[in-house]
Amino acid sequence: MNNVVVRDYSIPANDFTIAGEASSSVRKILSQIGVTPDVVKRTSIAMYEAEINAVIHGNGGQAHIEIDENKILIIISDQGPGIADLDLAMQEGYSTAPDSIREMGFGAGMGLSNIKKHADVFEIKTAVNEGTTVYITVFFKPVKN
Amino acid sequence: MTVNEISQKLDFKIIAGTSELLTKNVSGVYTCDMLSYAMAKVNQGDIWITVHTNLNVIAVASLTDCACILIPDNIEIYNQTIERANEKEVIILTSGKSAAELCYEIYKTLKDL
Ligand SMILES: Nc1ncnc2c1ncn2[C@@H]1O[C@H](COP(=O)(O)OP(=O)(O)O)[C@@H](O)[C@H]1O
Ligand SMILES: [Mg+2]
Repeated sequence: MNNVVVRDYSIPANDFTIAGEASSSVRKILSQIGVTPDVVKRTSIAMYEAEINAVIHGNGGQAHIEIDENKILIIISDQGPGIADLDLAMQEGYSTAPDSIREMGFGAGMGLSNIKKHADVFEIKTAVNEGTTVYITVFFKPVKN
Repeated sequence: MTVNEISQKLDFKIIAGTSELLTKNVSGVYTCDMLSYAMAKVNQGDIWITVHTNLNVIAVASLTDCACILIPDNIEIYNQTIERANEKEVIILTSGKSAAELCYEIYKTLKDL
């Protein structure tokens, strides 16, 4: 498999001049290689939410993506505070975002559930005071099950 | 209907967007100020109405490939946001009307009612 695209991005903390750039760049790559609009859309939603979480909750972090002919794998990691209660964090509407963040339109508490809804595979590893890593896979063709 | 045509018809002011960009096609309208909702619900070709004028709306507009951003109530837009819109080829329109009125008028125009 020699046509694998790999990219790495850094995600600065609380910097809204750059927030979303990694996701936008990945969106562009996917559009260029001609994957379906549905895949582009689902990937964009899932990656943007994870990227924004790293920006606002995780003190910034990194994005690593790998694209092969069947799928895109997105790994977004941070070395931030981690998530103490993941079940609670996954609940739609739960958010610890402060007012300053809410005023910008974030903090609906839908990020993690949006990722779950739009990714084909979604995994999250988190430890308090160590950080959070989110794994998102979107397949280019529907997977039969 | 193009962004330019509907802007002429409904008297929207063009804040960012070249004449070439304004030939983009409009297929719908959606309004929401929660970016997570907007991200998931704004469809390609929609006019996205939002009261937010910060840089994040440019990212969401690019990622959703909406036709344009429409700011209601003559809300002022940060220069930084206009510059970023030009850079990312995102169209920004404004209007003195409310989001509700704008939805109604755009919907009516698009459905040819
Ligand atoms: N990378 C992260 N690091 C630390 N906490 C996080 C991270 N991602 C999510 N969280 C926690 O989970 C909550 C819910 O996240 P999410 O569903 O994206 O909603 P929102 O970002 O709108 O608050 C956040 O408010 C935060 O407390
Ligand atoms: Mg979030």
